[in-house]
Amino acid sequence: MYNFIEHVNGSEPEAVEDEAKYAQFMERIENGEKIEADDWMPEEYRQTLIKLISMHGISEIMGALPEKEWVPKAPTLYRKLGIMAKVQDEMGHGQLLLRVAEDLMAPYGRSREDLMMDLLSGDLKFHNVFHMETRTWADAGVIGWLVDGAAIISQTNMLDASYGPYQRALQRICAEEVFHAQHGEAIVMALAEGTPEQKAMLQEAVDRWWPSLLMFFGPGSAETTGSSKQEVTTKYKIRKSSNEELRQAFLDKYLPRVFSLGLTIPDDTLRYDEEKEQWEYEQPDWNEFKQIIKNNGPRSAERLRLRELAYENNRWVRRALSNEPVVQA
Amino acid sequence: MTSIDTVEALLENNEALQAAKTFLFQLADDDYITSFRGSEWLGLAPHIEEDVAFSSITQNTMGHAVLVYQTLEALGEAEADKLAHARPAGERLSSVYLEKPNGPGTYLDEPHYDWALAVIRLYLYETWKKIRLQTAARGSIRPVAAAAEKILMEQPYHLAHWKMWAVQLLDSTPEAKERLEERIAEAWREAGDMISFGGHGQTFLENGVTADSEEALQLRWLEEVRSVLPAPAELPLKEAGDGRRKEHGSDLDQALKTCSEVFTSDREAVW
Repeated sequence: MYNFIEHVNGSEPEAVEDEAKYAQFMERIENGEKIEADDWMPEEYRQTLIKLISMHGISEIMGALPEKEWVPKAPTLYRKLGIMAKVQDEMGHGQLLLRVAEDLMAPYGRSREDLMMDLLSGDLKFHNVFHMETRTWADAGVIGWLVDGAAIISQTNMLDASYGPYQRALQRICAEEVFHAQHGEAIVMALAEGTPEQKAMLQEAVDRWWPSLLMFFGPGSAETTGSSKQEVTTKYKIRKSSNEELRQAFLDKYLPRVFSLGLTIPDDTLRYDEEKEQWEYEQPDWNEFKQIIKNNGPRSAERLRLRELAYENNRWVRRALSNEPVVQA
Repeated sequence: MTSIDTVEALLENNEALQAAKTFLFQLADDDYITSFRGSEWLGLAPHIEEDVAFSSITQNTMGHAVLVYQTLEALGEAEADKLAHARPAGERLSSVYLEKPNGPGTYLDEPHYDWALAVIRLYLYETWKKIRLQTAARGSIRPVAAAAEKILMEQPYHLAHWKMWAVQLLDSTPEAKERLEERIAEAWREAGDMISFGGHGQTFLENGVTADSEEALQLRWLEEVRSVLPAPAELPLKEAGDGRRKEHGSDLDQALKTCSEVFTSDREAVW
């Protein structure tokens, strides 16, 4: 889902540890072979994957929380069933991905528990869109339709990723995300064809989500925020396209649909440049983006508080399931 | 007893129809509130695997409520969406024990939910649900039996899940055991309405909605749950009220307000 990876404390990739092994590894990458969990891999590759996949996994889990706000409120029984199925899928994706990340972290003696602690301490970021508030039922539609739509663009770009366990998890995740986008589209269609109040509710949600959707793919270049790692992911054939290419693909696919529903986009400068064959748009506030993913977004604190409460209130359960005594915090 | 094989035949037998509808409302309203309480837990379960399992069970349970509300719709009641969203608390037949909040706080703000309550309540409920579905499946009213049979295709997995949790936690730390025992004691004060037919047991039996008497079913439940839990030998009391007799507290009002918030914002709109 997410391609924006920060360097921890600005650290540079470590020197290649074994040149012969590295050359052999890169040959496998170039040949399109899949790397498996037990295979030799350079540190840079392993660490890039850990950051990418743990962030993807934890974002799926945090991503269930904004929609959870609307699960009980879904206005019909079928909408209730649909959104319940969706949030359950998201949790399932989180679980699949954390399992993949756990295997990668094993050589460092780190586990899922560490990831959860990193989330609570702010060291492990989650996706910018899941820091945002959900104000009306239309948000449930827009999240499914456009946020999951953006996720599909970004994830299908990695369906041939060089790391086998991630690549296989993505096959299933992408298949399910298509249902999510259809679920969201169905909610949006009902609102777009509904009463004036329903239409206004939908337009307000689209207006509010627009900057977050642009931010979704990350900054266009490292200069923007000083910390994009997109070049590394393409070098190792984890993904194919750049952030901007993905954003353009998203705009290509969804803007015609947005306009055909009679909706507008809150950007007067938005236009398609026929010569360059790309969309021109007003840049979102990338400083705000940095603040959001530093857990200073509109709902960051409340969403993290939910995970913290789950962690605290279930301490006795973990202690009960564990063979060893759990240390009291 | 002659069996009633079709919806049409049931519609012509008013006494059997009323009995069947009461049984179905008890079942659907229980599942609806249980699914709501379950959905409040999303993202707050003890671990991710449990979140996946619990949300799957919760979704299935809503599916059961939908199936039963649709059956009621076919039997001449309002459309299923209205039965779920538009009926005030005073018309609902759900058990007050199932309506009880998951813990202090709300699902949006400071939810201090208690896993011991979830485990005990859902184990006790799913055991009762199985027993009442089984007796309906063996009853002589086909439209009711068919719904029960369909739900029974997946419900045993739900029961197995909560039974596993109960057994595992009771056999772990003294702290976990103590927490579960407190919730068991609470259930024996409050869950009496859950395992009751609200004074309709005899009518259910006479009309073939159920194949067994209410007393026999309650004893079957007691025997089964006592084989797993350290629970009293007597049936639970109804100290928190009796939902089967439409006596509910403010917990249900709160829950329904949330569940119906968008629906009631415009009842005529298509959502």
